Amino acid sequence: MSQATGLPGPTAMPPPRRASPSRGFLRRAVTQPRVVASAAALLVLVLVAVVGPHVAPHDPLSGELSRAFQPPGDGYLLGGDDLGRDILSRLLLATRISLLAAFQAVLIAFAVGVPVGLLSGYFGGLLDSVLMKFNDAAMSFPALILAIVIVGILGPSLTNAMVAIGAVYAPRVVRVVRGSTLAAREELYVKSAQAMGCAHSRVILRHILPNILSPLIVQASIMMGLAILAEASLSFLGLGVKPPTPSWGQMLGRSFQYLYRDPFSVVLVGAVISVTVLCFNVFGDGIRDSVGREVPK
Amino acid sequence: MLKFTLKRVVGLVPIMLMVTLIMFLLLQLTPGDPARVAAGADASEEMVQLFRERMGLDQPLLQQYGSWVAGLVRGDFGTSLQYGTPVSEMILRRAPVTISLTLTATILGLLVAVPAAMAAAYKPDRIVDRSTVFATTFGISLPDFFIGLLLVLVFAIEFDVLPALGYVPFTESPLRWSIHMILPAVTLGAAVAAELTRHMRASLRDIVGMEYMNTARVKGLGTVRVMGKHALRNAAVPVVTVLGLQIRRLLGGTVIVERIFSLDGLGSLIVQGVFARDFPVILGVGIVSALTVVVVNLAVDLSYGFLDPRVRVGA
Repeated sequence: MSQATGLPGPTAMPPPRRASPSRGFLRRAVTQPRVVASAAALLVLVLVAVVGPHVAPHDPLSGELSRAFQPPGDGYLLGGDDLGRDILSRLLLATRISLLAAFQAVLIAFAVGVPVGLLSGYFGGLLDSVLMKFNDAAMSFPALILAIVIVGILGPSLTNAMVAIGAVYAPRVVRVVRGSTLAAREELYVKSAQAMGCAHSRVILRHILPNILSPLIVQASIMMGLAILAEASLSFLGLGVKPPTPSWGQMLGRSFQYLYRDPFSVVLVGAVISVTVLCFNVFGDGIRDSVGREVPK
Repeated sequence: MLKFTLKRVVGLVPIMLMVTLIMFLLLQLTPGDPARVAAGADASEEMVQLFRERMGLDQPLLQQYGSWVAGLVRGDFGTSLQYGTPVSEMILRRAPVTISLTLTATILGLLVAVPAAMAAAYKPDRIVDRSTVFATTFGISLPDFFIGLLLVLVFAIEFDVLPALGYVPFTESPLRWSIHMILPAVTLGAAVAAELTRHMRASLRDIVGMEYMNTARVKGLGTVRVMGKHALRNAAVPVVTVLGLQIRRLLGGTVIVERIFSLDGLGSLIVQGVFARDFPVILGVGIVSALTVVVVNLAVDLSYGFLDPRVRVGA
């Protein structure tokens, strides 16, 4: 990594005593071109997800059979799919559905994982060892297989797919949160808060949680990428969204069946998914590197 | 070494019990009455009751779990609701496809990663190194299904040189087996190759700077010997770790790859199970894949003792 750009220059010395640590972190983050580039790309994507379906030129859910497999042009900018629906309009709606679905899955994973990880790491003891055994066992399943098992038991639907993906990734969140909590628990500021007689809940929420946020942000970004892949995989297999609703994976799975006639849309949707996942990974990695430099010498 | 091995093997028991417990608890989430599902939609009340008793669903939960686990230990994974055949039989029949696929993918990954990482680490930050890093970033981010679809497009449709569908057992014709295996295995192996190269390059880079590497060079050993013997052996432990972690990704990825290339392996078995709401099949494949991961992790653990004698003493 480029050391010259990230290290605080002479102007940064001496640091103001009560400067918020997040400011230095943000400054480091924005000096990295890859963080800025991936953040910009993701912002555009979110914009597309919010605005896109409203400005879609055609109905994404129904089309004219006469325009099936129509090549790009003549009103259909990206061509028509197997049922003569406008691929561009479907892609716009799919962007919203896939991003929202991944976001919900990550939210579920964090809603379960953060409290469990905090409690397990902070209190330790029997609770911790039982939870960790459970966690290890849950993590010995291949993620996609466990998600398929859960979807299989609950029944295939987009909601159930999101619940499944959230449940599959919750143990990863638990592991990260618990690890960071274990480290934070030994810090002087936690010890002194305890000595001053703070209640456990206050120590956890006011002293530990804010200090483990940065690894959580990194984890959230990388997990968004994973969740998008997982949703795409499940929908590709037909275990996610129900037709006629589009999602990236559903569009890919559908156009895959007509690969011989229309290779263009397969490549298009595949590229959109890949670039999005790449952006989330690059963003997460960049944030991680900026956070890493925060460690005082 | 024996004591070390035994200790690790015994350590598997609680993890495996937890794995089965997770599956059992998940099964309790089934919407509706499993006995009614098993008996069929238009079964009479007596039939449902009969199924309930036969499936042991009238027993207390703990007892149900106990007898279920006891069955698993005997290799009894239940009977497919859809076909009425034992799930263990179905899994055994389909396992060879998945095993060939994952093994070939792993071997391909190693064949790419070892030379690539050695070439990259030999002269850090030079052109070979930089292009390797670039390629691995792509290999890691590209989803399995995209790589697979692109390969089908190029090699099966555009140039029509390799088959895109089907599987031929190795015992039937090794040549046709390998021809059918190329595209799926490359699809599955690409991510493994990228991940392995990345980690191997990193650990080789540390080693290339070590004193004993200089000593080896000064002694007059050739590049191949220096990199192959001195560096590779010492880089083995982290690489084996990463290789072990790949098994989870491989087993997950095989579901997608089997779908793309129409292979009848465990991945397509579980997907068919979901569509048919065939719970014993779903659980069976789930447990077998978790078991595989746990056993592979054990093998990785044991290999540390083999690769690095200090681990044995520490254990």
